[in-house]
Amino acid sequence: MKIAITCVKKDKDSMIDERFGRCNYFTIYDTESKSFEHVENKGVTSAQGAGIAAGQQLLDHGVEALITGHVGPNAMKILQSGNVSIYKCSGKNIKEEIDLLLDNKLENINNAVPPHSGMRNRHGRA
Amino acid sequence: MQLVVISGKGGTGKTTVAASFAYLNKESIKVDCDVDASNLNIVLQGENIASSQFIGAKIAKIDKNKCIECGKCSEVCRFGAIKNNKIIELKCEGCAACKAVCPVDAITLEDEVTGETIITKTDAGILSRAEMVVGAEGSGKLVTEVRKNAMEYRKNNELMILDGTPGIGCAVMASITGCDVALIVIEPTQSGLNDFKRILSLIDHFGVKPLACINKYDINEDMTLEIQKYCENESVEVLGKIPFDPIVQKAVNELKPVICYEDSIAGKEIKNIWENIYKKYKEGIL
Amino acid sequence: MKIAVLSGKGGTGKTTISTNLAKAMGWNYVDCDVEEPNGFIFLNPKVIKTEQVSIPVPEIDPSKCIGCQKCVNICQFNALAWANKDVLLFDKLCHGCGACSLVCGYGAISEVDREIGHIDVGNDEQITCMRGTLNIGEPMAVPIIRDLKKMIGNEKTIIDCSPGSTCSVVAAIEGVDYAVLVTEPTAFGLHDLKIAIELVRTMNIPFGIIINRGSHEKDLIEEHCEKEKINIIGKVMFDKDVAVLYSKGKLLVEHEKYKELFLHIGKKVEGEIACSLL
Repeated sequence: MKIAITCVKKDKDSMIDERFGRCNYFTIYDTESKSFEHVENKGVTSAQGAGIAAGQQLLDHGVEALITGHVGPNAMKILQSGNVSIYKCSGKNIKEEIDLLLDNKLENINNAVPPHSGMRNRHGRA
Repeated sequence: MQLVVISGKGGTGKTTVAASFAYLNKESIKVDCDVDASNLNIVLQGENIASSQFIGAKIAKIDKNKCIECGKCSEVCRFGAIKNNKIIELKCEGCAACKAVCPVDAITLEDEVTGETIITKTDAGILSRAEMVVGAEGSGKLVTEVRKNAMEYRKNNELMILDGTPGIGCAVMASITGCDVALIVIEPTQSGLNDFKRILSLIDHFGVKPLACINKYDINEDMTLEIQKYCENESVEVLGKIPFDPIVQKAVNELKPVICYEDSIAGKEIKNIWENIYKKYKEGIL
Repeated sequence: MKIAVLSGKGGTGKTTISTNLAKAMGWNYVDCDVEEPNGFIFLNPKVIKTEQVSIPVPEIDPSKCIGCQKCVNICQFNALAWANKDVLLFDKLCHGCGACSLVCGYGAISEVDREIGHIDVGNDEQITCMRGTLNIGEPMAVPIIRDLKKMIGNEKTIIDCSPGSTCSVVAAIEGVDYAVLVTEPTAFGLHDLKIAIELVRTMNIPFGIIINRGSHEKDLIEEHCEKEKINIIGKVMFDKDVAVLYSKGKLLVEHEKYKELFLHIGKKVEGEIACSLL
C-alpha cells in the first residue's frame, strides 16, 4: 500500500504540512518495499483548484491512504472518488505519523465537515 | 487563532480597525489580503525584508515565425482575446483553447507575473502583503500566497490578524477560508446592510465564526438599530459601535493607527472591541 | 457613449457619484459592481425584467468517453479530474472556455448552461437602469459584467464599477469613452488612485478625477494632479448631510445645491469627451 504524507521539506524527518492543496511536498511511503519517494506538489503552482491538482497527482501515483491536516471540499471530492482513505495528522514528523497510522492511531476524516456547517454551529452555540 | 477583518463593502473602515488591532497586539502576524490596493503598510510603515515575484496566471503567446494567420485561434477564443493574430493580454484567461486548435503549434502558454509578495518589518511586527500588477487576473491565489508567507514567520502559534478583501468573489473566499473568526465591519447604511448580509452568508458557507462591529454608528442610528436587530436574529454578536470621529481621517493622513490618539472616541471603542476579542480568545471561547 | 466610474479604493463614493450623475443628466445607469450592487437602492427603479446569467460547462457522455484524459490535461483551471475511471467536473472552477470539447475526438463532451448570477433591468421616470448580481460563493464576476456590457445601447450610459483594479474592472471599463475616477483626500485614497490611473492609462481611456469628501483647502490629491497634469472635474465637499442622505439610501440631487453641482460635473464630462474625440 502507498501512503502519502503532506510535508514541508523533502526528507523523511520533515515535519508534516497541515495544508493539503498547497503543501510543499508529498512523501509517498510504500509499505511493501519500505521505500520513500518525495514529489513536489503540483497544486502549489495552480492558479486555482490546487486541491484538485494535488489529489489528481496522488491518484496518478496510486496512493491509497493520505495523512494531512486540512482537506478542502474539492480535494475531498476527488480523493473520495479515487477511494483514498484520509487521516488527520497529529503534528509530528513523517516517520512518527506513519507509525501512528500503521498502529491505527490516526483519525479517519473521510467524512469531513460539509460546507454550510457554519450555520448550524452558530445557531447551535447561540 | 486567525482573525480576519472583513466587510463585504469597500471603505467601511476595515483597515482602520485592522491597523489598530495590529498595534494593540504587536507580536501578532499581520496579513494584508487586500492585494488589489493594500493600505495596511501605509499605516504600519516599515522596512521590506523579503519579496518575490508572483506568477499568478498563464497567458497565450503566438510565435510570429510559425503563425500562418489561419485565424482558427480567434474563432475558438471565447474571451475575445485574439485580434489580427495577436493576443490581447488583458483579456486572455490562459485557457489553452487556441493552443489546442493551432495547426502549426505556434501557440504556447507562458507564465505571467501578476504581482509581487512582500514581507515588511513594521513597528507593529511582521506584515505579509502583496502588490498586484494593475488589471491582472483575480487574486485568490495571491491572497493564499500572502497568507502562506505569513505562516513562515509564525513560530509559536501567534495570533494572526488579516485585513480582508472587499466583495464576495474569489479573493474574498481565499481570505476567509481557514480562519477561525471573521469580524465584520458594518457601516449603518442601506448599502452597508445589504453587503453585510451577502458577506455573512459567505462566512457561514466557510464555517467561520462571525462577529460584528458597526462603524460610524451615529450617522444613522435608525439603521444601526436595524443592523443590531438583524444580528440578534442571526445570532451574530455585535462587539461594539464605533462613533463617527474626524480624528480617524486625521490619523490616516498622519499615518498612525487611530488608537494612538488619546482623545479619539473611535480609537477608544476600537480598543474596547479588541480587548473583548482578546479576552474571548484567552478564555478559549474563540 | 459610455462613461465608467471607478476608484482604486472601496468606499470612496463611486455609487454616490454615478447614481447622482445619472439622475441629474438623465443618463442610463448600469451597476457592474456585481459582487455588491447597491445602485438600485438609490435610484429605486421598477424592475421590469430579470435574466439569468450562465456559463457553458461540459457534460460528459460516458457511453462515448474512452478515457483518453485529453480533456483533463487541456483544462488549465483544474475543473476536470480523472478518478476511478471517470471524468469528474468541478463546475465552480470552469471558465466555460470550451477547450475540453475542442480536444475530445469522440464527441463525448457537450455543453450545458450553469447559472452564476442574474441581471435586472428596470426603469425609473426617465432612465433605464441595469444591474448584475453574482450568486454568493461564485468566484467569477467577469461573465456577468460581459453580459451587462452587451446589453448597453447607444444612449449615454454611466457604468458603476467594482472597487480596485482587477479583471472585473478591466471588463467593465473596456471600450468606454471616458472614465471618472472617484477618490478621497487621504493617504489611502491617493495610493489607490495612482493604481486606478495606471489602469486607465494602460487601456488608453481619457479620464478625469472627482474628489469626494473634500475640503476648501488644497488637498494632497489636488497637489498630485497638478504635478501630473491630471484634470480634476469636480469636488464634492465633506458634509455630514451627505453621509446621512447616503445612509438612508437617498439621492443628493433631490437638493437643489447638489443638483446644480452634478449638472455642472455632467456637462464637464460631456465637454471632456467632445475634446477627446477631436
